[in-house]
Parts: sequence; structure tokens; C-alpha cells
Amino acid sequence: MTRGAGDLMDYRVTIGLETHVQLKTQTKIWCGCRNRFGQPPNTDVCPVCLGYPGTLPVLNRESVRLTVMAGLMLGCRINERSTFDRKSYFYPDMPKNYQISQYDEPLCLGGRLEIEVNGRKKSIGITRIHLEEDVGKSIHYEQSSGVDFNRAGTPLMEIVSEPEIESADEAFAYLTALKQVLLYGGISDCNLEEGNIRSDINCSVRPVEREELGTKIEIKNMNTFRGVHRSLVYEISRQINVLNDGGSISQETRRWNDETGVTEAMRTKEYAHDYRYFPEPDLMPVVLTREQIEGWRATIPELPGDRRARFVREYGLSEYDAGVLSADRNVADYYEEAARASGHFKAVSNWIMTDMLHAMSEGAIPIQEVKITPGALAGLIDLVDRQVINRPSAKRVFTILFEKGGNPADIVEQEGLSQVRDTESLETYIDEAITAHPQSVSDYRSGKKAALKFLVGQVMRLSKGKADPQMALEMLRERLDTG
Amino acid sequence: MSSLSALTIHELIDLLDRGVCSSEDVVTEVLSAIDARDERVGAYLDYDAEGALAAARSADDARSKGAERILPGIPIGIKDVLNVKGDTCRCGSRILEGYVSPYDATAVARLRQAGALFLGRLNMDEFAMGSTNENSAFQITHNPWNLEHVPGGSSGGSAAAVAAGEAVAALGTDTGGSIRQPASFCGCVGLKPTYGRVSRFGATAFASSLDQIGPITRCVRDAALLLGIMAGRDPLDSTTVEVPVPNYQEALADDLKGMKLGIPREYFVEGIDKEVEQSIRKAIRLCGDLGAEIVEISLPHTEYAVAVYYILATAEASANLARFDGVRYGARDEGHDPMDLYVKTRARYFGPEVKRRIILGTYVLSSGYYDAYYRRGQKVRTLIRRDFEQAFQECDAILAPVAPTTAYRLGEKIEDPLQMYLGDIFTIPASLAGMCGLSVPCGFSDAGLPIGLQIIGDAFREDRVLRVGYAYEQSTEWHKRIPPIRDDEGGR
Ligand SMILES: [Zn+2]
Repeated sequence: MTRGAGDLMDYRVTIGLETHVQLKTQTKIWCGCRNRFGQPPNTDVCPVCLGYPGTLPVLNRESVRLTVMAGLMLGCRINERSTFDRKSYFYPDMPKNYQISQYDEPLCLGGRLEIEVNGRKKSIGITRIHLEEDVGKSIHYEQSSGVDFNRAGTPLMEIVSEPEIESADEAFAYLTALKQVLLYGGISDCNLEEGNIRSDINCSVRPVEREELGTKIEIKNMNTFRGVHRSLVYEISRQINVLNDGGSISQETRRWNDETGVTEAMRTKEYAHDYRYFPEPDLMPVVLTREQIEGWRATIPELPGDRRARFVREYGLSEYDAGVLSADRNVADYYEEAARASGHFKAVSNWIMTDMLHAMSEGAIPIQEVKITPGALAGLIDLVDRQVINRPSAKRVFTILFEKGGNPADIVEQEGLSQVRDTESLETYIDEAITAHPQSVSDYRSGKKAALKFLVGQVMRLSKGKADPQMALEMLRERLDTG
Repeated sequence: MSSLSALTIHELIDLLDRGVCSSEDVVTEVLSAIDARDERVGAYLDYDAEGALAAARSADDARSKGAERILPGIPIGIKDVLNVKGDTCRCGSRILEGYVSPYDATAVARLRQAGALFLGRLNMDEFAMGSTNENSAFQITHNPWNLEHVPGGSSGGSAAAVAAGEAVAALGTDTGGSIRQPASFCGCVGLKPTYGRVSRFGATAFASSLDQIGPITRCVRDAALLLGIMAGRDPLDSTTVEVPVPNYQEALADDLKGMKLGIPREYFVEGIDKEVEQSIRKAIRLCGDLGAEIVEISLPHTEYAVAVYYILATAEASANLARFDGVRYGARDEGHDPMDLYVKTRARYFGPEVKRRIILGTYVLSSGYYDAYYRRGQKVRTLIRRDFEQAFQECDAILAPVAPTTAYRLGEKIEDPLQMYLGDIFTIPASLAGMCGLSVPCGFSDAGLPIGLQIIGDAFREDRVLRVGYAYEQSTEWHKRIPPIRDDEGGR
């Protein structure tokens, strides 16, 4: 648990998050412009997303499907009828000076997200999920400002949590779990650097003995999970200090300064809005049929939490290993495919958890792009299991497979890595080792068992690593014990 | 032969088909009519003579090569609120100074596809807010029947141009009567289609839930022709409806046998001009003579329509006009921060009526007032729609005046916006109900100003409204009269 500067135990913290998620669609929400990141300013734009006179929005149905999918994955009720509204405020990044959003009839209502903090499980309520449009991006130059409208009209889903988050750690865990679910469902790329997920924070503290909530502070537009965590650690302790000193919190919007690590009050005028919501007359209500919703429900992938539990149950993995393997849907898919092909569930897990994830992070390669197929990994494990190759050789084969791909048996063949298991050849190496190291032989016989290991090492060296170490050990022991 | 610019679209198509004249001839005569009269009428904000002649020549060329178009090189005037690619589109406002449309409105694109050409921009009340054209930021438009009078509004430029022989036909938009009322004031035919019948894509929005594009023409058949081309579902406008578009011209007939026409008792009340009432009553009798059964009906919530309209339309307008901020297009006054830029730009370039309505609309949507105004307004709107749905159980179309009076004198209403708002009392209810409405000339006042008969139809029953209008028109001579300003045509 995070501790602020004040007496945290005397206070209760209440946090709610409003999380904006850009949806992974081909095109924008109201027009045919591409929905993508990183283009030169104002190139993915048209009269519609620039708010030119006379233009009208036409709803991108895929954005509705993705929002409903997110709702279904979070256990929300899906409204068969939902509507759009205009939210009015003037800002240069807003082409129409109103945002088309959903006010009182959103697509999804009520839901839950399971989180885990320090081994303690908790469920956070989801109030609602609605669909809206993203705005452009203001760019400030030295002498002037400009606006890039490429982002304007990107489909944006707002997920509003219940105020049931009670610490900075829980907020972090909530966002991490949310991201996992959204990635699993293919709802969003969840790329924080590209601003795919941005959160507004509501936070208040109150003495434990008090029933009613404390005064709410809002922190706007946080685009990293770490920033959310740090700003909350700061803000909670700030509020507690104010209350401890006998002061009071006034309702305001604050801005997180990532460099100085503090929240700063914004001019209150800046956010004193009356949004004047009213039904969007340019769009018809979104009407979904039961069948449509159920059809989408049928395509929901297994959720990360469920998959983790199943990995423990079905493959006998530890909670920890199952957690690592299920965190990313693609890794989990890879694991399952390899595990099924191999049958050695634990061995597959070990290979992925150690060699594979290590090699991936070293080369910054996502699992979809690694060259070793699940079948090849299973084949490699099989070769080790049948003692065709030993562990060190297997590592070499893995490296080759990871870099170039191919069939493990062929690589063993090409590299001449098959274990030497015929007793005749092994006898030759053992003879050579014993002759060369008489001191070790007498050490062993006088009770220094470590000397045996040294001699096995010599056999391995003489065989250029290909000897079956287990066989070599047994044969050596027999020779020395009897001879 | 009378001037080509004085003919109907149908007459011109016939002449073009028979090779009697070319599209270039037509455009040339329209341009010379503009030259001769528009200094006095003031219908056009802007026109491109060279461009129009070039387009006409290329239409003639295409026709000579066998191209078959419904509107072969027919010039159509465009209300300044509609986007035509490459043209200015200022909506009668200084705030759109410098804006050039990057695209065609769907209705414009469909007419273009049918062969029409667009030679100029017609004056209007700024952002279609007004009933006299006096709210244009640029110029006054005069009624061709009497230059001391207004042409009506907001499509006043469109109606005045058609009446003055400066356009063969024109497009207008109607939010609360902005096609029907100027058509009535100028002695033209004006059709407001059912909400959802014609795509609004490309019509700069005033009140999105009410706006419709429609034709202003010299005869009912021309209105039927243009509607047929423009109507139908548009993937770019979600509020257009997938209802088949009938052949409106085939629906026209010379009699009204088997039709039941409703007369709303609430439309013949105090305040209606005596001459207007007499003309309408005469028209009703004539419809009876043509075979229609005349029944009295009731539209009980009529008295609330104007108030509801000014709540809902201004609410929508306050959001629709928010985009005119000087940032992306149009006029701009620099400011020391964005808010300062908005305030300076909007304060300087919006006219007083537009500001009045933005403020009103902002107010009715404000927190604490929403329920009392906007929400209640929506409820009453539903009641008004039910009035009409009920009425159309009892009749096929409704006959009513378009306006309580003939065209106002210039300046008569400008100081009294409330009186001007009340002038729309007979057109607003059908707009709120989303029904279609047609204005057809049905007489003249002693002062020589035209009077219009309104025929209101059920949703997507433009065929019936046009049939009634056509039968009435064919048995009268009102639509054949021409205003004194056209005396230079040499009669027809
Ligand atoms: Zn676009």
C-alpha cells in the first residue's frame, strides 16, 4: 500500500477514473478519413472532420461494435437503444465547437473489472461506457499556435468507473487490468505513447469516521499509468496534509506536472463549463437487436483472469507462471498452441518464461513476429525429452530457431548436436579423462564426491558437449566404484 | 417569342429537345435579365457569367453528341446557404467571407448529375434567420411585384430571382417557412419536402431537425421534376429515409376526384388579412369544384407552434453556428488567446438577428432552464406532430394560407422581431411535424401583391400535395401573371 506524508490510516481515499480509449477502427467515427497515428499534420482530414459548413456525421458501425464488445467483456448491460448528444464548449482543437458524445443513453451501463493489488483481489464497478469523438491536437510554436486535426473524429470510448478505487496502487492496477482486457478484445491498440488511453481522475479523502465523501478534486488528461499513480500519491498526501492542518479542500481541477511531480491548480474559469447537452439531431438513435448483441457476445475471447485460472487448472502451472503467460493474449495463445503440441506443459512454460520472453525483450520483438513456431518449440522439447540432445545443445538450437526459424531436428542434424549415447564412444572419452586426471580419480575414491562432477565435465569437453551427461555420470561412477 | 428566361423548365426542355434554342441561349437570356433588373431587385449576391456560359456551351456540346440529361444545361439559382464546389457560400453572413466550398451539397450534386448548371448565389437572411431578407449582411432584396416590399425570407433571393425572370428555377431551404413564405410573397411555387426526403448534406445548418432543401419554381410540374431528382436516401445524411421516390410528375392530374382536403379551423382566426382569407376561401371552393371533398379538421396545438419553434430552432442553431469561430475558415479578427479571437470574430461578423437567436438558444439549453424550455418544447412538438397525424387520418392534404398577409413593406417588421416571428404561424407547424408543404399562387391583393395557397401533406406524400397544387394551378391563371419589372420581356 502506498503511504502519503499524512496519516493515511486515519483517512479514506475515494478515486474514480474516466478513461478515454481510442478504438481500433480503419476509419474515423463520422467520415471516411483513416484512423491512424503519426501522419503529417492535417493530412487525414476532410470537410466532415474539419466541421465545414453543411457537413454531417455518419456513424461508423465498427466503433459501435467495439464499444459494445468492451462493454460485454466488462460485464455491462448493453442498451438496445442509445443516442448521441451534443456537448458544447469552445476550444480550438474542436472543429464544430461541440463534441458529439452520449449523455443519458450510453451504449453500455454497469459492469465490473477485477483487479489484484499485492495479492488481494478486488472488483471495481464500471458505471458506464459511452462512445464519442476525439478532438484535434493543439500545437504550440514559439510565436504562434496551430491545430492538427488528424486526431479529430477518432472514435473514442469513455469508460467511467465507480468511485470504488481506494489507493494509487488500485488505480494503477485498474488501468493495467483494463488495458489487458481491451487488448484481449482487440478493442484498442492501447498504445500509451500514441495517446490511445487517457484518463481523468476524481479523487477525494475523508477522515475514516466520516460518512460523506470529501471534496472532489479533478486531475485532467493523464496519459500514462505511472503518471496516474504518481499524481495520486502526491494528491492524496497533499489533501491529507491540508486536512491535518485544519484546512479544507475546495473543489477544483488540477493539472499534473510530471517534471516537478506536483499537481497544480488550474484557473477555475478554464473549466467552469455549462456543456448544454442536447440530443444530436444529425444522427438517428443506435438501435441494436438482441441477436446482434448475442452474436457479438459469442465472439468474446476468454478474459485474461479466466485464462490464468484455467492455465493453473488445466496445465498445472503455478499462479505466477499462469499470470505471466496470460497477461498478453498473443503470448497466451502461443503457450497454448505449443503446450498442446508438446504435452509437456511445464517444460513449454519454462522455455517461454525464460528463454523466449528474454530473447523477445532483448530484441524488442513481439511474439507474433518471433520465428520459432509453437510446433518447433514443442519439437525442441521433444528432442530434449527423448535425450536426443542435451540441455546446452537445446539452448543453441533454440537460439538458432529464434533467429532463423526452421525445424529443430534439421538443426540438430546440421549442427551435429545429437548426443553421444553409445557406450563404446563414451568408454573412449571416459578412458581418456581418467588417464589424464589420476588425481581426480584418487580424490573421488578417497571420498571427495565433487571430483566425479569434474570428470563428467572432462567427458563433456572431450565430446565437444555432445555426450549425454547423465549416461557419462553413471558410467564413470560405475568404473570408479568397481575399478 | 417571349424571353427564354421567362419560361418554365418544362418549356425550355421542349425547346432544347426540338433544337429551337441552345442552353447557351438560355443562359445568355438569364444573364441579360439579371443585367437588366438585378440592380433593382438585388436577388444575386454573386454570379459567374463566364463560368455559366462555358458550362452551357459544354452542355450543348454534350447534347449534340447524343448525351441525354433530364436537365440539359438548365441553369438553376442557388440559395447562398448551399455548398457548390468551388463557389463562395457565405450564407448571407460576413463571417463566411472568403470561404470557398470544397464540395457539392448532395442535392446540388444530383442536379448537376442530371445536367443542371449553377450560375449564381442568391441572397438570403443571414444563416436563414429571418422572413424578409432584410437580415442579409450584404444587401436588401426587393419584391419584384413591388420594389417597396420585401420578397419574404429566408429564401427571398431565390423567390425574387424566379419571379423577376432572373432564374428559371432556384433552390431554397425551409426551416419554418423559408421556402413557402417567399414563394407566396413573390407569386412562385415553393415546395418544402418532408423532413428526411431530401438530403441536407451540404446545406449549412440552421436548425438540423427542421431544415429541408426544396425547389422554388414557376409551376408545379417543375417543382415535381426537381424534387424527383433531389429526393431519396443519401448515405451522407443519416436523417434521410429509405422511402421509395415515386415519379412525382406521373402523380399530377387535372382534377381532385376522390381526394379529401382538410381545412384547419385554427388557421382562420383573427389577425389574418381579409384579402388573404378571401383568396384562400375562393381557392378552397375551387378545389371542391375540381372534385375534392372538403372537410373541416382541427390542429389544436397550433397556437404553441411559434413559441416551440423559437425554442427548438434557436437551441439547435446555437450549436450549429458555434463552428463559425474564425479558426479554420471565413473571417477572423486576431485575439490574444483563442477565447478572445472567438469573441472578437463572432461579435464583429455575426449580424444582430443571428446573435439574438444564438443567445436565445444558448439560454434555453442552459443548465437549470433545459427542462422548462427545451424539454418541454420537444414534448409540445410531439403534440403538434400528433395533431397532423390525426388530421391525415381524416384527409389526404390540408389547405391553408401560407402567411397571414402579403409581403411586408421594407423596414415594416425589422424593429419588431416578435411580429415578424408571428408571420410564420401557418408554416411553422408543418415544419415542426416534419410534414411536406407546397405554396401555390392563388390570387393578388388590391395592391398587386401575390397571395399563396399552402397545401400541407402527410410525411412522404409530396405526390398528393403536388397533385392538388397542379390541379388547382391548371384551372387558374395566377401563375401566368408576371410582375411589372418584367415588362421589358414583351409579354408572353
Ligand atoms: Zn474526415
